[in-house]
Amino acid sequence: MAHQFASVVDIAQDIASGKTTATEVLEQHLQRINERENEINAFNLVTTEQARQTAAQVDADIKAGKKLGPLAGVPVALKDNMCTRGIETTCSSKILEGWKPPYDATVVTRLQNAGAVMVGKTNLDEFAMGSSTENSAFGPTKNPLDTSRVPGGSSGGSAAAVAAGFAAASLGSDTGGSIRQPASLCGLVGVKPTYGLVSRQGIVAFASSLDQVGPFTHTVADAALMMEVIGGHDPLDSTSLPQPMPSLSSVLEQGVKGMRIGRLADMPNGCEPEVLARMDAAYAALQSAGATIVDISLPSLSYCLTAYYLVAPAEASSNLARYDGVRYGMRVETGDLHSMYGATRAAGFGAEVKRRVMLGTYALSAGYFDAYYGKALKVRRLIANDFAAAYEKCDVILTPTSPTVAFPLGDKTSDPLTMYLCDIFTIPTNLAGHAAMSVPFGTGAHNLPVGVQVLAPALGEQTMFRVAAELERAV
Amino acid sequence: MSTPTSGSNPARITTEVVAKVAKLASLQLSEDELVLMTSQLSGMLDHFADIDKLDLEHVAPLAQPLPLKNVFRDDVIVQGLDRDEVLAAAPAAEDGRFRVPPSSGLGEQ
Repeated sequence: MAHQFASVVDIAQDIASGKTTATEVLEQHLQRINERENEINAFNLVTTEQARQTAAQVDADIKAGKKLGPLAGVPVALKDNMCTRGIETTCSSKILEGWKPPYDATVVTRLQNAGAVMVGKTNLDEFAMGSSTENSAFGPTKNPLDTSRVPGGSSGGSAAAVAAGFAAASLGSDTGGSIRQPASLCGLVGVKPTYGLVSRQGIVAFASSLDQVGPFTHTVADAALMMEVIGGHDPLDSTSLPQPMPSLSSVLEQGVKGMRIGRLADMPNGCEPEVLARMDAAYAALQSAGATIVDISLPSLSYCLTAYYLVAPAEASSNLARYDGVRYGMRVETGDLHSMYGATRAAGFGAEVKRRVMLGTYALSAGYFDAYYGKALKVRRLIANDFAAAYEKCDVILTPTSPTVAFPLGDKTSDPLTMYLCDIFTIPTNLAGHAAMSVPFGTGAHNLPVGVQVLAPALGEQTMFRVAAELERAV
Repeated sequence: MSTPTSGSNPARITTEVVAKVAKLASLQLSEDELVLMTSQLSGMLDHFADIDKLDLEHVAPLAQPLPLKNVFRDDVIVQGLDRDEVLAAAPAAEDGRFRVPPSSGLGEQ
Protein backbone atom coordinates (compact mmCIF):
# COMPACT_ATOMS: atom_id res chain seq x y z
CA MET A 1 0.00 0.00 0.00
CA ALA A 2 1.39 3.41 -1.00
CA HIS A 3 1.68 5.96 1.79
CA GLN A 4 1.29 9.69 1.51
CA PHE A 5 4.14 10.35 3.95
CA ALA A 6 7.70 9.00 4.18
CA SER A 7 8.29 6.13 6.60
CA VAL A 8 10.59 6.17 9.62
CA VAL A 9 12.88 3.62 7.94
CA ASP A 10 13.16 5.72 4.74
CA ILE A 11 13.69 9.00 6.59
CA ALA A 12 16.44 7.51 8.77
CA GLN A 13 18.13 5.98 5.73
CA ASP A 14 17.94 9.17 3.63
CA ILE A 15 19.39 11.28 6.42
CA ALA A 16 22.16 8.80 7.17
CA SER A 17 23.09 8.53 3.48
CA GLY A 18 23.17 12.30 3.03
CA LYS A 19 20.27 12.33 0.56
CA THR A 20 18.54 14.82 2.84
CA THR A 21 19.22 16.47 6.20
CA ALA A 22 17.48 16.23 9.57
CA THR A 23 16.74 19.96 9.36
CA GLU A 24 15.12 19.61 5.95
CA VAL A 25 12.96 16.71 7.13
CA LEU A 26 11.95 18.59 10.27
CA GLU A 27 10.97 21.73 8.31
CA GLN A 28 8.71 19.65 6.05
CA HIS A 29 6.91 18.31 9.12
CA LEU A 30 6.72 21.75 10.78
CA GLN A 31 5.23 23.15 7.58
CA ARG A 32 2.45 20.54 7.65
CA ILE A 33 1.85 21.41 11.31
CA ASN A 34 1.54 25.09 10.33
CA GLU A 35 -0.91 24.21 7.57
CA ARG A 36 -3.28 21.87 9.43
CA GLU A 37 -2.73 21.91 13.21
CA ASN A 38 -5.40 24.59 13.80
CA GLU A 39 -7.91 22.29 12.17
CA ILE A 40 -6.72 19.00 13.75
CA ASN A 41 -5.58 19.98 17.29
CA ALA A 42 -3.23 17.00 17.55
CA PHE A 43 -0.82 18.81 19.89
CA ASN A 44 -0.96 20.33 23.34
CA LEU A 45 2.49 21.76 22.66
CA VAL A 46 4.70 22.00 19.56
CA THR A 47 8.36 22.17 20.60
CA THR A 48 9.62 23.97 17.48
CA GLU A 49 12.79 25.48 18.89
CA GLN A 50 14.00 22.38 20.75
CA ALA A 51 13.25 20.33 17.63
CA ARG A 52 15.30 22.68 15.43
CA GLN A 53 18.22 22.45 17.86
CA THR A 54 18.08 18.64 17.95
CA ALA A 55 17.87 18.41 14.15
CA ALA A 56 20.82 20.79 13.78
CA GLN A 57 22.80 18.64 16.24
CA VAL A 58 22.04 15.51 14.18
CA ASP A 59 23.21 17.26 11.03
CA ALA A 60 26.38 18.42 12.80
CA ASP A 61 27.03 14.86 14.02
CA ILE A 62 26.68 13.56 10.47
CA LYS A 63 29.16 16.16 9.20
CA ALA A 64 31.57 15.20 11.97
CA GLY A 65 31.26 11.54 10.97
CA LYS A 66 29.85 10.46 14.34
CA LYS A 67 28.04 7.16 14.76
CA LEU A 68 24.29 7.73 14.37
CA GLY A 69 21.40 6.25 16.31
CA PRO A 70 18.76 4.23 14.43
CA LEU A 71 16.26 7.13 14.52
CA ALA A 72 18.71 9.96 13.81
CA GLY A 73 16.70 12.94 12.53
CA VAL A 74 13.31 11.18 12.61
CA PRO A 75 10.54 13.56 13.81
CA VAL A 76 8.47 11.92 16.58
CA ALA A 77 5.59 13.08 18.76
CA LEU A 78 4.89 12.02 22.35
CA LYS A 79 1.57 11.56 24.09
CA ASP A 80 1.31 14.28 26.70
CA ASN A 81 1.30 11.80 29.59
CA MET A 82 5.03 11.09 29.14
CA CYS A 83 7.39 13.07 31.33
CA THR A 84 9.76 15.39 29.48
CA ARG A 85 12.22 17.25 31.68
CA GLY A 86 11.54 20.99 31.70
CA ILE A 87 8.82 20.64 29.05
CA GLU A 88 5.17 20.96 30.03
CA THR A 89 3.39 17.62 30.61
CA THR A 90 -0.34 18.00 31.21
CA CYS A 91 -2.19 14.69 30.58
CA SER A 92 -4.71 17.08 28.93
CA SER A 93 -5.90 17.95 32.42
CA LYS A 94 -6.33 21.34 34.04
CA ILE A 95 -4.95 19.86 37.25
CA LEU A 96 -1.47 19.44 35.69
CA GLU A 97 -1.53 22.48 33.38
CA GLY A 98 1.87 24.15 33.42
CA TRP A 99 3.70 21.29 35.15
CA LYS A 100 7.28 20.80 34.01
CA PRO A 101 8.58 17.39 35.11
CA PRO A 102 12.02 17.22 36.76
CA TYR A 103 12.98 14.11 34.75
CA ASP A 104 12.47 12.32 31.41
CA ALA A 105 10.51 9.09 31.03
CA THR A 106 12.79 6.17 30.10
CA VAL A 107 11.15 5.86 26.67
CA VAL A 108 11.86 9.55 26.04
CA THR A 109 15.54 9.07 26.94
CA ARG A 110 15.73 6.03 24.65
CA LEU A 111 14.22 7.98 21.72
CA GLN A 112 16.67 10.83 22.35
CA ASN A 113 19.62 8.44 22.50
CA ALA A 114 18.47 6.97 19.17
CA GLY A 115 18.62 10.45 17.62
CA ALA A 116 14.88 11.10 17.29
CA VAL A 117 13.68 14.71 17.05
CA MET A 118 10.73 15.42 19.35
CA VAL A 119 8.28 17.79 17.64
CA GLY A 120 5.68 18.03 20.40
CA LYS A 121 3.38 16.65 23.06
CA THR A 122 0.09 15.28 21.78
CA ASN A 123 -3.48 15.62 22.98
CA LEU A 124 -5.29 12.78 24.78
CA ASP A 125 -8.45 12.05 26.70
CA GLU A 126 -7.75 13.50 30.15
CA PHE A 127 -5.42 11.08 32.00
CA ALA A 128 -5.94 8.66 29.06
CA MET A 129 -9.55 8.00 30.06
CA GLY A 130 -11.60 7.78 26.92
CA SER A 131 -11.90 6.34 23.42
CA SER A 132 -12.29 9.47 21.30
CA THR A 133 -9.94 12.24 22.60
CA GLU A 134 -13.06 14.31 23.27
CA ASN A 135 -12.41 14.26 27.04
CA SER A 136 -9.40 16.59 26.78
CA ALA A 137 -9.45 19.80 28.83
CA PHE A 138 -7.87 21.47 25.79
CA GLY A 139 -10.53 20.55 23.21
CA PRO A 140 -10.99 17.47 21.01
CA THR A 141 -8.57 16.25 18.35
CA LYS A 142 -10.08 15.69 14.87
CA ASN A 143 -9.41 12.74 12.60
CA PRO A 144 -7.16 14.01 9.76
CA LEU A 145 -8.90 11.65 7.31
CA ASP A 146 -12.32 13.23 8.05
CA THR A 147 -12.34 16.16 10.45
CA SER A 148 -16.01 15.69 11.35
CA ARG A 149 -14.96 12.42 13.04
CA VAL A 150 -12.93 11.41 16.08
CA PRO A 151 -9.40 10.01 15.78
CA GLY A 152 -10.17 7.47 18.51
CA GLY A 153 -8.56 7.57 21.91
CA SER A 154 -7.18 7.98 24.31
CA SER A 155 -3.97 8.50 22.28
CA GLY A 156 -5.91 10.37 19.57
CA GLY A 157 -3.41 13.21 19.29
CA SER A 158 -0.51 10.79 18.73
CA ALA A 159 -2.50 8.98 16.02
CA ALA A 160 -3.63 12.19 14.34
CA ALA A 161 -0.08 13.61 14.38
CA VAL A 162 1.22 10.65 12.37
CA ALA A 163 -1.85 10.40 10.09
CA ALA A 164 -1.54 14.13 9.23
CA GLY A 165 2.21 13.92 8.56
CA PHE A 166 3.12 16.10 11.55
CA ALA A 167 5.53 13.40 12.79
CA ALA A 168 6.84 10.22 11.17
CA ALA A 169 5.99 8.20 14.29
CA SER A 170 4.64 8.79 17.75
CA LEU A 171 4.29 7.10 21.11
CA GLY A 172 1.02 6.44 22.88
CA SER A 173 -0.04 4.49 25.94
CA ASP A 174 -2.56 1.65 25.91
CA THR A 175 -4.54 0.71 29.02
CA GLY A 176 -7.59 -0.78 27.31
CA GLY A 177 -6.97 -0.09 23.62
CA SER A 178 -5.74 3.51 23.65
CA ILE A 179 -3.07 2.84 21.00
CA ARG A 180 -4.76 0.17 18.88
CA GLN A 181 -8.21 1.77 18.52
CA PRO A 182 -6.93 5.21 17.36
CA ALA A 183 -4.45 3.44 15.06
CA SER A 184 -7.38 1.58 13.53
CA LEU A 185 -9.51 4.72 13.17
CA CYS A 186 -6.65 6.73 11.61
CA GLY A 187 -5.31 4.01 9.27
CA LEU A 188 -2.04 3.40 11.14
CA VAL A 189 -0.06 0.57 12.69
CA GLY A 190 -0.35 0.66 16.50
CA VAL A 191 1.33 -1.69 18.99
CA LYS A 192 0.40 -2.64 22.58
CA PRO A 193 3.46 -4.61 23.71
CA THR A 194 3.46 -7.40 26.29
CA TYR A 195 3.06 -5.96 29.80
CA GLY A 196 6.58 -5.30 31.11
CA LEU A 197 8.34 -5.22 27.73
CA VAL A 198 8.45 -1.40 27.55
CA SER A 199 9.31 0.72 30.58
CA ARG A 200 6.52 2.69 32.25
CA GLN A 201 8.95 4.82 34.25
CA GLY A 202 7.94 8.46 33.76
CA ILE A 203 4.58 7.64 32.18
CA VAL A 204 1.81 9.23 34.24
CA ALA A 205 0.08 6.22 35.77
CA PHE A 206 -3.57 5.48 34.96
CA ALA A 207 -4.04 1.78 35.75
CA SER A 208 -0.64 0.39 36.61
CA SER A 209 -1.37 -3.30 36.01
CA LEU A 210 -2.71 -2.55 32.50
CA ASP A 211 -0.73 0.43 31.10
CA GLN A 212 1.87 -0.12 28.35
CA VAL A 213 3.65 2.27 25.97
CA GLY A 214 3.87 1.59 22.25
CA PRO A 215 4.33 3.22 18.83
CA PHE A 216 2.10 4.58 16.07
CA THR A 217 3.60 4.33 12.58
CA HIS A 218 2.63 4.11 8.92
CA THR A 219 4.30 0.73 8.38
CA VAL A 220 4.94 -2.51 10.25
CA ALA A 221 8.70 -2.16 9.68
CA ASP A 222 8.59 1.29 11.30
CA ALA A 223 6.72 -0.13 14.29
CA ALA A 224 9.34 -2.90 14.61
CA LEU A 225 12.16 -0.33 14.62
CA MET A 226 10.40 1.90 17.17
CA MET A 227 9.78 -1.12 19.43
CA GLU A 228 13.45 -2.11 19.22
CA VAL A 229 14.43 1.40 20.37
CA ILE A 230 11.99 1.75 23.29
CA GLY A 231 11.74 -1.88 24.48
CA GLY A 232 13.86 -3.91 26.89
CA HIS A 233 14.56 -4.00 30.59
CA ASP A 234 14.58 -0.83 32.68
CA PRO A 235 15.83 -1.11 36.28
CA LEU A 236 13.81 2.03 37.12
CA ASP A 237 10.51 0.16 36.51
CA SER A 238 9.95 -2.75 38.89
CA THR A 239 7.35 -4.24 36.51
CA SER A 240 9.84 -4.26 33.63
CA LEU A 241 10.68 -7.77 32.41
CA PRO A 242 14.35 -8.57 33.08
CA GLN A 243 15.25 -9.50 29.52
CA PRO A 244 16.49 -7.84 26.33
CA MET A 245 14.16 -6.73 23.52
CA PRO A 246 13.86 -9.43 20.83
CA SER A 247 14.65 -8.41 17.24
CA LEU A 248 11.50 -7.66 15.27
CA SER A 249 12.88 -6.06 12.07
CA SER A 250 14.64 -9.32 11.25
CA VAL A 251 11.49 -11.48 11.25
CA LEU A 252 9.23 -9.42 8.97
CA GLU A 253 10.02 -11.38 5.81
CA GLN A 254 9.57 -14.81 7.40
CA GLY A 255 5.93 -15.15 6.33
CA VAL A 256 3.18 -17.17 8.01
CA LYS A 257 3.53 -20.57 6.35
CA GLY A 258 2.41 -23.28 8.77
CA MET A 259 1.13 -20.79 11.30
CA ARG A 260 -2.21 -21.36 13.03
CA ILE A 261 -4.45 -18.27 13.02
CA GLY A 262 -7.28 -18.20 15.59
CA ARG A 263 -10.69 -16.97 14.49
CA LEU A 264 -13.37 -16.11 17.06
CA ALA A 265 -16.21 -18.60 16.66
CA ASP A 266 -18.47 -16.44 18.82
CA MET A 267 -18.02 -12.91 17.44
CA PRO A 268 -19.74 -10.34 19.69
CA ASN A 269 -22.63 -8.36 18.22
CA GLY A 270 -22.26 -4.75 17.18
CA CYS A 271 -19.61 -4.97 14.43
CA GLU A 272 -20.25 -3.06 11.21
CA PRO A 273 -20.73 -5.48 8.27
CA GLU A 274 -17.88 -3.82 6.34
CA VAL A 275 -15.56 -4.47 9.30
CA LEU A 276 -16.54 -8.17 9.30
CA ALA A 277 -15.97 -8.30 5.52
CA ARG A 278 -12.43 -7.02 6.00
CA MET A 279 -11.87 -9.69 8.65
CA ASP A 280 -12.89 -12.38 6.15
CA ALA A 281 -10.47 -10.87 3.65
CA ALA A 282 -7.70 -10.94 6.28
CA TYR A 283 -8.26 -14.64 7.07
CA ALA A 284 -8.30 -15.41 3.34
CA ALA A 285 -5.04 -13.49 2.79
CA LEU A 286 -3.23 -15.36 5.57
CA GLN A 287 -4.63 -18.68 4.39
CA SER A 288 -3.35 -18.09 0.87
CA ALA A 289 0.05 -17.24 2.39
CA GLY A 290 0.17 -20.72 3.92
CA ALA A 291 -1.45 -20.31 7.34
CA THR A 292 -4.27 -22.43 8.72
CA ILE A 293 -7.40 -20.82 10.16
CA VAL A 294 -8.57 -22.39 13.43
CA ASP A 295 -11.85 -21.58 15.18
CA ILE A 296 -11.34 -20.71 18.84
CA SER A 297 -13.59 -19.37 21.58
CA LEU A 298 -13.06 -16.97 24.45
CA PRO A 299 -16.13 -17.71 26.61
CA SER A 300 -15.37 -14.88 29.07
CA LEU A 301 -14.96 -12.23 26.36
CA SER A 302 -18.30 -10.56 27.03
CA TYR A 303 -17.42 -10.13 30.72
CA CYS A 304 -14.14 -8.34 30.01
CA LEU A 305 -15.78 -4.95 29.74
CA THR A 306 -17.12 -5.23 33.28
CA ALA A 307 -13.83 -6.54 34.65
CA TYR A 308 -11.92 -3.75 32.94
CA TYR A 309 -14.26 -0.94 33.98
CA LEU A 310 -13.91 -2.05 37.60
CA VAL A 311 -10.17 -2.81 37.67
CA ALA A 312 -9.00 0.26 35.69
CA PRO A 313 -11.03 2.85 37.67
CA ALA A 314 -10.04 1.15 40.94
CA GLU A 315 -6.34 1.49 40.09
CA ALA A 316 -6.94 5.00 38.72
CA SER A 317 -8.68 6.16 41.89
CA SER A 318 -5.55 5.17 43.79
CA ASN A 319 -3.06 6.54 41.25
CA LEU A 320 -4.86 9.87 40.89
CA ALA A 321 -4.94 10.45 44.65
CA ARG A 322 -1.58 12.18 44.19
CA TYR A 323 -3.22 15.17 42.44
CA ASP A 324 -4.12 17.07 45.56
CA GLY A 325 -2.62 20.52 45.03
CA VAL A 326 0.48 19.88 47.14
CA ARG A 327 3.44 18.84 44.98
CA TYR A 328 2.58 19.83 41.40
CA GLY A 329 -0.06 21.36 39.18
CA MET A 330 -2.84 23.66 40.29
CA ARG A 331 -4.21 24.44 43.74
CA VAL A 332 -7.48 26.03 44.80
CA GLU A 333 -6.63 27.98 47.96
CA THR A 334 -9.03 27.40 50.85
CA GLY A 335 -8.69 27.78 54.61
CA ASP A 336 -7.59 24.26 55.45
CA LEU A 337 -5.79 21.28 53.97
CA HIS A 338 -8.69 18.90 53.45
CA SER A 339 -11.04 21.37 51.80
CA MET A 340 -8.07 22.43 49.63
CA TYR A 341 -7.70 18.80 48.42
CA GLY A 342 -11.41 18.53 47.61
CA ALA A 343 -11.71 21.93 45.93
CA THR A 344 -8.52 21.48 43.89
CA ARG A 345 -9.60 18.07 42.60
CA ALA A 346 -13.13 19.34 41.86
CA ALA A 347 -11.77 22.24 39.81
CA GLY A 348 -8.90 20.32 38.21
CA PHE A 349 -10.50 17.07 37.02
CA GLY A 350 -12.98 16.80 34.13
CA ALA A 351 -16.26 14.87 34.20
CA GLU A 352 -14.95 11.49 32.94
CA VAL A 353 -12.00 11.50 35.37
CA LYS A 354 -14.34 12.31 38.26
CA ARG A 355 -16.68 9.53 37.17
CA ARG A 356 -13.88 6.96 37.11
CA VAL A 357 -12.34 8.12 40.38
CA MET A 358 -15.78 7.76 41.97
CA LEU A 359 -16.44 4.37 40.38
CA GLY A 360 -13.01 3.11 41.46
CA THR A 361 -13.29 4.46 44.99
CA TYR A 362 -16.72 2.84 45.30
CA ALA A 363 -15.50 -0.52 43.95
CA LEU A 364 -12.65 -0.52 46.50
CA SER A 365 -14.63 0.75 49.49
CA ALA A 366 -15.54 -1.32 52.54
CA GLY A 367 -18.68 -3.35 51.93
CA TYR A 368 -18.38 -3.28 48.13
CA PHE A 369 -14.83 -4.57 47.56
CA ASP A 370 -15.78 -8.26 47.28
CA ALA A 371 -18.84 -7.58 45.14
CA TYR A 372 -16.98 -5.49 42.56
CA TYR A 373 -13.17 -5.26 42.58
CA GLY A 374 -12.68 -8.74 44.04
CA LYS A 375 -14.98 -10.31 41.46
CA ALA A 376 -13.41 -8.33 38.62
CA LEU A 377 -9.98 -9.79 39.48
CA LYS A 378 -11.45 -13.28 39.27
CA VAL A 379 -12.97 -12.54 35.85
CA ARG A 380 -9.51 -11.33 34.88
CA ARG A 381 -8.21 -14.81 35.73
CA LEU A 382 -10.96 -16.36 33.59
CA ILE A 383 -9.98 -14.39 30.49
CA ALA A 384 -6.32 -15.29 31.04
CA ASN A 385 -7.38 -18.96 31.26
CA ASP A 386 -9.47 -18.58 28.08
CA PHE A 387 -6.45 -17.21 26.22
CA ALA A 388 -4.22 -19.99 27.54
CA ALA A 389 -6.67 -22.59 26.20
CA ALA A 390 -7.01 -20.79 22.86
CA TYR A 391 -3.23 -20.57 22.39
CA GLU A 392 -3.01 -24.37 22.71
CA LYS A 393 -4.78 -24.43 19.35
CA CYS A 394 -3.38 -21.37 17.58
CA ASP A 395 -0.32 -19.09 17.43
CA VAL A 396 -2.13 -15.77 17.12
CA ILE A 397 -5.75 -14.62 17.16
CA LEU A 398 -7.23 -12.19 14.66
CA THR A 399 -10.12 -9.87 15.58
CA PRO A 400 -11.31 -6.47 14.45
CA THR A 401 -9.53 -3.73 16.43
CA SER A 402 -12.70 -1.63 16.66
CA PRO A 403 -16.28 -2.73 15.93
CA THR A 404 -16.71 0.40 13.78
CA VAL A 405 -14.77 2.87 11.66
CA ALA A 406 -14.17 6.40 13.04
CA PHE A 407 -17.45 7.81 14.40
CA PRO A 408 -18.65 11.44 14.29
CA LEU A 409 -17.55 13.84 17.04
CA GLY A 410 -20.18 14.01 19.78
CA ASP A 411 -21.72 10.69 18.75
CA LYS A 412 -20.99 8.81 21.99
CA THR A 413 -20.31 11.54 24.54
CA SER A 414 -23.71 11.55 26.25
CA ASP A 415 -23.66 7.91 27.42
CA PRO A 416 -20.42 6.67 29.03
CA LEU A 417 -21.39 3.01 28.52
CA THR A 418 -21.76 3.41 24.74
CA MET A 419 -18.26 4.86 24.62
CA TYR A 420 -16.91 1.99 26.76
CA LEU A 421 -18.22 -0.54 24.21
CA CYS A 422 -15.64 0.76 21.68
CA ASP A 423 -13.03 -1.22 23.61
CA ILE A 424 -14.63 -4.68 23.51
CA PHE A 425 -11.88 -6.24 21.32
CA THR A 426 -8.89 -4.43 22.81
CA ILE A 427 -9.52 -4.77 26.56
CA PRO A 428 -8.91 -8.56 26.93
CA THR A 429 -5.23 -8.16 25.92
CA ASN A 430 -4.59 -5.63 28.68
CA LEU A 431 -6.34 -7.76 31.29
CA ALA A 432 -4.15 -10.74 30.33
CA GLY A 433 -0.95 -8.68 29.92
CA HIS A 434 -0.45 -10.01 26.39
CA ALA A 435 0.75 -8.38 23.15
CA ALA A 436 -1.51 -7.07 20.38
CA MET A 437 -1.29 -4.70 17.44
CA SER A 438 -3.58 -3.08 14.92
CA VAL A 439 -2.71 -3.17 11.23
CA PRO A 440 -4.58 -1.13 8.60
CA PHE A 441 -6.40 -3.50 6.26
CA GLY A 442 -8.38 -1.57 3.69
CA THR A 443 -11.48 0.53 4.22
CA GLY A 444 -15.04 0.11 5.45
CA ALA A 445 -18.05 2.40 5.71
CA HIS A 446 -17.55 5.96 4.36
CA ASN A 447 -14.27 4.79 2.82
CA LEU A 448 -12.64 5.06 6.28
CA PRO A 449 -9.83 2.74 7.41
CA VAL A 450 -10.45 -0.60 9.11
CA GLY A 451 -7.81 -2.10 11.39
CA VAL A 452 -7.24 -5.80 11.94
CA GLN A 453 -6.00 -6.71 15.39
CA VAL A 454 -3.35 -9.39 15.78
CA LEU A 455 -3.27 -10.83 19.31
CA ALA A 456 -0.38 -12.91 20.60
CA PRO A 457 0.49 -14.46 23.94
CA ALA A 458 2.91 -12.72 26.33
CA LEU A 459 6.25 -12.14 24.56
CA GLY A 460 4.77 -13.34 21.27
CA GLU A 461 5.89 -10.14 19.51
CA GLN A 462 8.01 -11.89 16.85
CA THR A 463 5.11 -14.08 15.72
CA MET A 464 2.72 -11.13 15.93
CA PHE A 465 4.95 -8.95 13.73
CA ARG A 466 5.32 -11.74 11.14
CA VAL A 467 1.53 -11.89 10.80
CA ALA A 468 1.23 -8.09 10.73
CA ALA A 469 3.84 -7.87 7.97
CA GLU A 470 1.97 -10.51 5.95
CA LEU A 471 -1.30 -8.59 6.30
CA GLU A 472 0.48 -5.41 5.19
CA ARG A 473 1.81 -7.17 2.07
CA ALA A 474 -1.70 -8.43 1.28
CA VAL A 475 -3.45 -5.04 1.30
CA MET B 1 -25.36 -4.51 25.27
CA SER B 2 -26.33 -1.32 27.08
CA THR B 3 -29.50 -2.92 28.44
CA PRO B 4 -29.10 -3.25 32.20
CA THR B 5 -29.00 -6.83 33.41
CA SER B 6 -30.29 -7.94 36.75
CA GLY B 7 -28.01 -9.49 39.32
CA SER B 8 -27.33 -9.92 42.99
CA ASN B 9 -25.25 -6.77 43.34
CA PRO B 10 -25.50 -4.83 46.60
CA ALA B 11 -28.42 -2.49 47.17
CA ARG B 12 -28.91 0.19 44.54
CA ILE B 13 -26.49 3.09 44.90
CA THR B 14 -28.02 6.16 46.54
CA THR B 15 -27.07 9.83 46.60
CA GLU B 16 -26.01 9.36 50.24
CA VAL B 17 -23.58 6.59 49.27
CA VAL B 18 -22.24 8.70 46.39
CA ALA B 19 -21.70 11.61 48.78
CA LYS B 20 -19.76 9.32 51.14
CA VAL B 21 -17.63 7.98 48.28
CA ALA B 22 -16.92 11.55 47.12
CA LYS B 23 -15.59 12.30 50.60
CA LEU B 24 -13.38 9.18 50.49
CA ALA B 25 -12.10 10.33 47.08
CA SER B 26 -11.43 13.92 48.32
CA LEU B 27 -13.66 15.24 45.57
CA GLN B 28 -16.04 18.14 46.24
CA LEU B 29 -19.17 17.55 44.17
CA SER B 30 -22.05 19.99 43.77
CA GLU B 31 -25.64 18.85 44.44
CA ASP B 32 -26.25 18.61 40.68
CA GLU B 33 -23.08 16.56 40.20
CA LEU B 34 -24.11 14.21 43.02
CA VAL B 35 -27.47 13.54 41.36
CA LEU B 36 -25.94 13.03 37.89
CA MET B 37 -23.16 10.84 39.31
CA THR B 38 -25.69 8.71 41.21
CA SER B 39 -27.66 8.06 38.05
CA GLN B 40 -24.57 7.35 35.90
CA LEU B 41 -22.88 5.09 38.46
CA SER B 42 -26.15 3.29 39.01
CA GLY B 43 -26.50 2.61 35.27
CA MET B 44 -22.94 1.28 35.08
CA LEU B 45 -23.28 -0.91 38.16
CA ASP B 46 -26.48 -2.41 36.71
CA HIS B 47 -24.54 -3.27 33.58
CA PHE B 48 -21.62 -4.62 35.61
CA ALA B 49 -23.98 -7.03 37.38
CA ASP B 50 -23.49 -9.31 34.35
CA ILE B 51 -20.57 -10.97 36.16
CA ASP B 52 -22.87 -12.07 38.97
CA LYS B 53 -23.94 -14.88 36.64
CA LEU B 54 -20.47 -16.43 36.78
CA ASP B 55 -19.49 -19.06 39.31
CA LEU B 56 -16.30 -17.51 40.67
CA GLU B 57 -16.06 -19.31 43.99
CA HIS B 58 -13.02 -21.41 43.08
CA VAL B 59 -11.34 -18.88 40.79
CA ALA B 60 -8.15 -17.26 42.10
CA PRO B 61 -7.96 -13.48 41.58
CA LEU B 62 -5.42 -12.12 39.08
CA ALA B 63 -4.19 -8.70 40.22
CA GLN B 64 -1.38 -8.30 37.69
CA PRO B 65 -0.18 -10.38 34.78
CA LEU B 66 3.55 -10.88 35.48
CA PRO B 67 5.10 -13.72 37.45
CA LEU B 68 7.66 -11.27 38.91
CA LYS B 69 8.05 -11.18 42.69
CA ASN B 70 10.14 -9.08 45.06
CA VAL B 71 12.03 -7.10 42.46
CA PHE B 72 15.15 -5.58 43.99
CA ARG B 73 17.90 -3.49 42.50
CA ASP B 74 21.47 -3.25 43.69
CA ASP B 75 21.81 -0.96 46.69
CA VAL B 76 23.96 1.71 45.07
CA ILE B 77 23.82 5.46 45.53
CA VAL B 78 22.40 7.28 42.53
CA GLN B 79 21.72 10.95 41.84
CA GLY B 80 18.25 11.89 43.09
CA LEU B 81 15.99 14.58 41.67
CA ASP B 82 17.10 18.20 42.03
CA ARG B 83 15.22 19.57 45.04
CA ASP B 84 14.89 23.12 43.73
CA GLU B 85 13.59 21.83 40.39
CA VAL B 86 11.00 19.67 42.17
CA LEU B 87 9.87 22.45 44.52
CA ALA B 88 9.66 24.93 41.63
CA ALA B 89 6.78 22.85 40.25
CA ALA B 90 4.79 23.00 43.50
CA PRO B 91 1.94 25.49 44.03
CA ALA B 92 3.69 26.69 47.22
CA ALA B 93 7.07 25.99 48.80
CA GLU B 94 9.05 27.45 51.69
CA ASP B 95 12.47 26.70 53.21
CA GLY B 96 13.06 23.73 50.91
CA ARG B 97 9.71 22.13 51.69
CA PHE B 98 6.18 21.97 50.25
CA ARG B 99 3.89 24.52 51.91
CA VAL B 100 0.27 23.55 52.63
CA PRO B 101 -2.60 25.18 54.55
CA PRO B 102 -3.25 23.99 58.15
CA SER B 103 -5.13 20.71 58.55
CA SER B 104 -7.65 22.22 60.96
CA GLY B 105 -10.64 20.90 58.97
CA LEU B 106 -9.68 17.30 59.72
CA GLY B 107 -12.60 16.67 62.08
CA GLU B 108 -15.10 17.40 59.32
CA GLN B 109 -13.67 14.73 57.05
